[in-house]
Amino acid sequence: MLTLPLIILIALLVLYPAVYSIHLATLNKSMQKFVGFGNFTFLFKRDTFWMVVKQSCIFAVTAVFFKALIGFIVAHFVHNIPGKKQRKWRGMLLVPWVIPPAMSTLAWLWLFDPSYSAFNYTLSFFGIGPVNWLGDTAWARFSVILVNVWYGAPFFLIMYLAALKSVPEQLYEAAAIDGANWWQRIWYVTLPMMRNIIAITTLFSLIVTFANFDIVRILTSGGPLDRTHIFATWAFKVGIEGSDIPLGASVSLFMVPILAIAAIFILRDVNKRGNEA
Amino acid sequence: MADVALRKVVKRYDDVEAVRGIDLDIADHEFIVLVGPSGCGKSTTLRMIAGLEDITDGDIMIGGDVVNDVPPKDRDIAMVFQNYALYPHMTVAENMSFGLRLKHYPKAEIKARVTEAARLLDITDLIDRKPKQLSGGQRQRVAMGRAIVRNPKVFLFDEPLSNLDAKLRVQMRIEIKKVHQKVRTTTVYVTHDQVEAMTLADRVVVMNKGRIEQIGTPNELYHKPATRFVAGFIGSPAMNFIPCRLEDNGGKLNIRITDRISFALPPSRAARYNTLPRTDKLLLGIRPEHISESHAHLEPGVETFDTVLDVTEPMGMETLVYFGLEGAPVCGRVNPNAGAQDGAPMRLAMDLNNMHLLNEATGIVL
Repeated sequence: MLTLPLIILIALLVLYPAVYSIHLATLNKSMQKFVGFGNFTFLFKRDTFWMVVKQSCIFAVTAVFFKALIGFIVAHFVHNIPGKKQRKWRGMLLVPWVIPPAMSTLAWLWLFDPSYSAFNYTLSFFGIGPVNWLGDTAWARFSVILVNVWYGAPFFLIMYLAALKSVPEQLYEAAAIDGANWWQRIWYVTLPMMRNIIAITTLFSLIVTFANFDIVRILTSGGPLDRTHIFATWAFKVGIEGSDIPLGASVSLFMVPILAIAAIFILRDVNKRGNEA
Repeated sequence: MADVALRKVVKRYDDVEAVRGIDLDIADHEFIVLVGPSGCGKSTTLRMIAGLEDITDGDIMIGGDVVNDVPPKDRDIAMVFQNYALYPHMTVAENMSFGLRLKHYPKAEIKARVTEAARLLDITDLIDRKPKQLSGGQRQRVAMGRAIVRNPKVFLFDEPLSNLDAKLRVQMRIEIKKVHQKVRTTTVYVTHDQVEAMTLADRVVVMNKGRIEQIGTPNELYHKPATRFVAGFIGSPAMNFIPCRLEDNGGKLNIRITDRISFALPPSRAARYNTLPRTDKLLLGIRPEHISESHAHLEPGVETFDTVLDVTEPMGMETLVYFGLEGAPVCGRVNPNAGAQDGAPMRLAMDLNNMHLLNEATGIVL
């Protein structure tokens, strides 16, 4: 009985929207008729859908990988800065993460402008360019990932920094006496001690990145030729702009099984190691 | 195995001098204990030998080679930490063999060494467990095993028993002594516990405020302390210090404690202290075990006095009695059947054959 408020909360905030979106996904375009799995079978036959699946995976996996890598490296540098200075650096490095992405992405949009942007202007001194950052398929994919990495890396930085601080100094001293060099200390002490944090941050970031909307929407709106669309932006395009809400709901629902599989794998690993440290 | 030497070693942190120029020679196979209160520089000294701290000035030599700038991994030492510092993600065997694996020893030899060390420390059954699954005492053994398999020139122990409960501490103390009797590796052991220091050491180094107060065997420190600090630090309960002065009493040398209490010194002590100025402010240093109940047949040099006890502490095999002399708190050890009671008067006997006399101003034992 004491859990009743919790049950009501979950029912209202989780179950209702989930069930409603599943319900939506089973209706026809005018939302008058029940079509069962009709929207899904329709999607499966569209090449664009499979392209969006592929692009979402590339986008999320690449972005999360580089966010994690950059976060890990920078966290090490920040960790070695003494006391007060460290707080200043930490604050500055968090800036990309605290600016609303809708705003900061606009700044990136100007930086990427093909004709008069700072990037192309700088590159012109080296005889490079102009690069069509958002107009060329490969460059557009690169650009949206770059901005996502820029925006998300500070989150990894702060999580890894906290994890680094929790590794007892004596483990490094013991490893130093055991004969481990700098790289071996990272490989045999730091990484294993941080594995759970790495796994959980990766999972969390994977979910958020998969569902990313604003960066792609502002930079490319999915273009050129749908080549940068990911689930959320494409769902928005077919659902809102194309006035087919049930189809849009079906697209976004498709994220669930992919993320669920990833979550199961990652969390199983965390559980297995949970009672180690 | 090797000898270790410290030559005028100094450690400064900004403007704080943690270690103020210490000289120490540790012989091959020797078990040396650095002991002192917290902040005396004993751990810093150990960490400088390990190479975990840079030395500000002076030289550290291991096996005759100056190792000032040699990184820890190339000093051929092994260290046991206070909180064990076992790698939580590795099994006991992996923890113990980590150093050997990094040095690319052949697998068969690693296995042989780990098995041998595990047998020595009686942890063969635990070899596949993770540190989390071990008790404090078992972790301590694994940490020692990790040191032993490396077969280093020097073992360094940094307060290894502080995290254990009292009973286990006594047990592990004996284990450490046994291990040292078997492997005979030169050992430097840091502790703040004088009982550990006394029981384990071949020689004890008493440190205070970044300096060495005295180096000696446990018995030397106990019977012939050089300073008030050592006299008060070694022995439990601590030595009593009672304000007193010397006075001549008809050709005999007396020690006067209060208006009522004055003792004639035994001849050997009288000869030793005879040249001292009678006006100096002195302290009588006497251990609790040399203050006991009075009885009929007192040896020469044992003097009796009457006092009123403040508090008594029955310990079973003895009763500790506390009282005041000239404002100084004094502790004595009496037979549990001697009838000592809180607030009751008692006649006690002080064995002046075992007394010390200290200069109150300098703290030097005279």
